[in-house]
Amino acid sequence: MNIELILFGAFALLTLLSAGTVIFARSPINSAMALVSTFFFLAGIYVLLWAHTVAVMQVLVYAGAIMVLFLFVIMLLNLGESPTRGKPTVARIAGGAATVGLFAALAIILLKIPAAPATLSTDAQASFGTIATLGQVIFTQWLLPFEAVSLLLLVAMVGAVVVAKSRI
Amino acid sequence: MAAQAAAREAPNRPMVPITYYLLLAAALFCMGMFGVLVRRNALVIFMCVELMLNAANLTFVAFARMRGDDLGHVSAFFVIAVAAAEAAIGLAIVIAVFRSRGSVLVEDIRTMKH
Repeated sequence: MNIELILFGAFALLTLLSAGTVIFARSPINSAMALVSTFFFLAGIYVLLWAHTVAVMQVLVYAGAIMVLFLFVIMLLNLGESPTRGKPTVARIAGGAATVGLFAALAIILLKIPAAPATLSTDAQASFGTIATLGQVIFTQWLLPFEAVSLLLLVAMVGAVVVAKSRI
Repeated sequence: MAAQAAAREAPNRPMVPITYYLLLAAALFCMGMFGVLVRRNALVIFMCVELMLNAANLTFVAFARMRGDDLGHVSAFFVIAVAAAEAAIGLAIVIAVFRSRGSVLVEDIRTMKH
């Protein structure tokens, strides 16, 4: 038994359990807390895939910034538990069936993809997914998308203030 | 330093197949989609959208590992940035709707349906 497989199994199980809690929790605050744990376990999975930089950004941006945003909004709107337990309506059953169908279709396709990870040379292993390599690529080859994203964040910042402000 | 060198010298052991990661991402995406279709609270719907974006990120990172090419990490980086912008704008809209309607349930917001 491989330690990596055990870690993957644990993280995958916990990720799916937390995601289930996000969907089925009655109170939005419970959903938000389950979302935090989903992001943390996903960061663990990223580390297993040697994506250390992405894992750190996941914790900083998602589990830090975005979650604080969600919690502030829940607090601001003073949301309680949803009053009624959801009844299985036609729309919900159709939604569940569509979900199962999509997963089946995805699984059939994904199982046809070759499963072996790339074997990397020792030099490539040392530099794979480090912040130095990623920074070099982002600031040379992907410079224009990077600047576009910074503009997008600026627009989002101004837009959020304008939309949420009660009176301008 | 010596331990690091030893770890670097270790040959590529048989690892977890990439298919497992891709199946996990597919399951996460489907759970997010189920939440978007079934839940009525706009905030929880946003959380489920975040789940779906995370599933897409996991797919990017898994394929990056499969090909031994870390450009997928750059894509995941951009997805994270776009998700942050989306959350900010979306939550601002939720606040504005709550202020004018007093509710965040999506079935109460149907002015444009008629």
